[in-house]
Amino acid sequence: MSEAPPGLNEVLKRTFSFPKRHFLSATDLNEVEVADLLDLADGFVSLNRQTSKKLDLLKGRTLMNLFFENSTRTQSSFELAGKRLGADVVNMSPRSSSISKGETLIDTAVTLNAMQPDLLVVRHSSSGAASLLSQKVTCSVINAGDGQHEHPTQALLDALSMRRAFGRIAGLKIAICGDVLHSRVARSNVSLLQMLGAHVRLVGPPTLMPPQADRWGCEVFHDMRKGIAGCDVVMMLRLQLERMDGVMAPSQREYFRFYGLDREKLAHASAGVKVMHPGPMNRGVEIDSDVADDLSVSLIQDQVEMGVAARMAVLTALAQRLDNG
Amino acid sequence: MSTRPQAFTNVRLVDPASGYDGPGALLVTEGVIADVVQGGAPQNLSAEVEVVDGRGALLLPGLVDIRVKTGEPGAETKETLKSAALAAAAGGVTSIVVQPDTNPVIDDPSVVDFILRRARDIELIHVYPAGAATKGAAGERMAEIGLMREAGCLYVTDADRPIVNSKVFQRVLAYAKAFGVLVAHRPADPWLSSGAAATAGEFASRMGLPSVPAIAEKIMLERDLALVEYTGASFLVDQVTTAGALEALQRGRDKGLPVTATTSINHLSFNEIDIGDYRTFTKLDPPLRAEDDRQAVIEAVASGLIQIVVSAHAPAPAEDKRLPYDEAAPGAVGLQTLLPALLTLHHEGRVPLIDLIRTVTSGPADLLGLPAGRLAKGAPADLVLCDANAPILVDADKLISKSKNSPFDGRRLQGRVLRTLVDGRTVFQA
Repeated sequence: MSEAPPGLNEVLKRTFSFPKRHFLSATDLNEVEVADLLDLADGFVSLNRQTSKKLDLLKGRTLMNLFFENSTRTQSSFELAGKRLGADVVNMSPRSSSISKGETLIDTAVTLNAMQPDLLVVRHSSSGAASLLSQKVTCSVINAGDGQHEHPTQALLDALSMRRAFGRIAGLKIAICGDVLHSRVARSNVSLLQMLGAHVRLVGPPTLMPPQADRWGCEVFHDMRKGIAGCDVVMMLRLQLERMDGVMAPSQREYFRFYGLDREKLAHASAGVKVMHPGPMNRGVEIDSDVADDLSVSLIQDQVEMGVAARMAVLTALAQRLDNG
Repeated sequence: MSTRPQAFTNVRLVDPASGYDGPGALLVTEGVIADVVQGGAPQNLSAEVEVVDGRGALLLPGLVDIRVKTGEPGAETKETLKSAALAAAAGGVTSIVVQPDTNPVIDDPSVVDFILRRARDIELIHVYPAGAATKGAAGERMAEIGLMREAGCLYVTDADRPIVNSKVFQRVLAYAKAFGVLVAHRPADPWLSSGAAATAGEFASRMGLPSVPAIAEKIMLERDLALVEYTGASFLVDQVTTAGALEALQRGRDKGLPVTATTSINHLSFNEIDIGDYRTFTKLDPPLRAEDDRQAVIEAVASGLIQIVVSAHAPAPAEDKRLPYDEAAPGAVGLQTLLPALLTLHHEGRVPLIDLIRTVTSGPADLLGLPAGRLAKGAPADLVLCDANAPILVDADKLISKSKNSPFDGRRLQGRVLRTLVDGRTVFQA
């Protein structure tokens, strides 16, 4: 086992207890819990930068990754998080083609539950799938993305990236841009960032904006230059290419012209603006490579690094509750 | 079958057909209502008469529910005509009209005949079929509307599937008119509705559910009303659930169009927030609406703009409901909870009891030309005795239907069925 870095030890000694069995939605969290999770995650960032990265906080525990939708990035992030904490990690990828959708979701869950995992990480294409699953199993369920609903660990890692870049989240002006309609990342981020005191704006064409999104307490903009004007953070969302070509937007080139992030549009944001993207990026569609690869503005690489740490924090918090019965 | 004459005394008679709501008694002989005594007790009863002391309970005409799905024929694991009839009897429903979207579809006279024969064999409540308006309810070619009418279907409808092709729908209306057949249609723009699991708005947006804007209902209803005006056919709007569609309906009514409208007990009782944490028992088609729409629908029932309330009974077994919300089957069972839910609505004080009861008795019976639905001398003794005030806690697992998908599961309602009679026979007793 490795030595935990000093900062992490201090946080671990703090006797905060995470009261929830599952990690399903950013709306389930409160400000204190988020602050604790972010402090913990900060400690794990230091650990992850050491040569020796392994702790035994989850020793003896089994973590199962159950990804009904493919995601190399999120799945390996959880896998690393579990392994660095000493858990046994199993990856299950029921091929979406061979399962008859949700019937198998419950059946699979019940089967896996019988193998006595402690933590079950789930991604599924239907909103509410993680919540449904949590009602049928005895282990802790972590939502790694349910349809168009939520992706709460993404919001946590985004908050961590921002807090480390700006030293705070309260008062930041954050523009979330692009396909808000289909984005679980956007929904989780809106809830979490607003709770932490940020001013969140939504930017995108009307066809990609959820009905009545203005009632989320966000300002909604259809003009990107106005939408990101004065913003500290511009968070781009991934746009699925099949939604272009006249379906939700007339064409890729028209979309990029009006909603793609390039230098010219970014110049309207505040001077120290940071750019984020949950990945994977469609370069030249929603974001120009020139911006994405500029490490002076882009937090995109940081986000990936923070992802592992944030997930380690969530796993640790849930496991503490398991330890306490 | 001859039974002893019965006298229901000390009851509160509610008879929308005559407009009477007050104390009284009622006599049943040979399966028909032999006498209705308003305001008092019957005199000179012979010793042969079985006297039932109602102790102030309500005595209503048996309910007529004109939109019921079973799984028979074709999906008997969901519900059979018999299990539906038993559930209906327990809910005070004595006549049902089953929807044609079975397997095979009720689109020819032999299937109409099959339903009627099965119903006679079951011998519990009155079961009538609705026929499909188009072959296979596929919306393309007219079904045998005239022959089905002769065989005994009460109206034609493609049930949940809107007839998209306006030319087809125009022909159905014009043809059905010549045969005096009522045409029912679900107003839902199919393109806006496709894939939707909820009504567009803040709630569905937050929950990440695929949604349909409420105007999808109004858009299709406007088309339907224009075609009704054009053809002059009698038309039944199958479930109005939005304020926008009610405006269109009001305009049609003001023009004097021969239009009647229904709504479902679910849309009177729940709004979209009841979806809660993706409770699939609340997944309905049409989906649950915003509270403003629910209030408008209640208002329309109170004003008489909506004349009929249906249970929209649609059994779905656990395997179809224990799924993520967008994959779950829509629909709710409702035969057994229709009357308690209506009484609960009455207790909330928005609609007078007699007006609510009209929507499930003489309202639908008069539209379809049924002798039931009234407390009148000579009418069939289809009756329900119920305690309007008794609280009940709905436990879906204890419902009689083969499928238990009730959105009322866990809800407290006020009103309990004590006894149900069909043609003078007791078919349910609590």
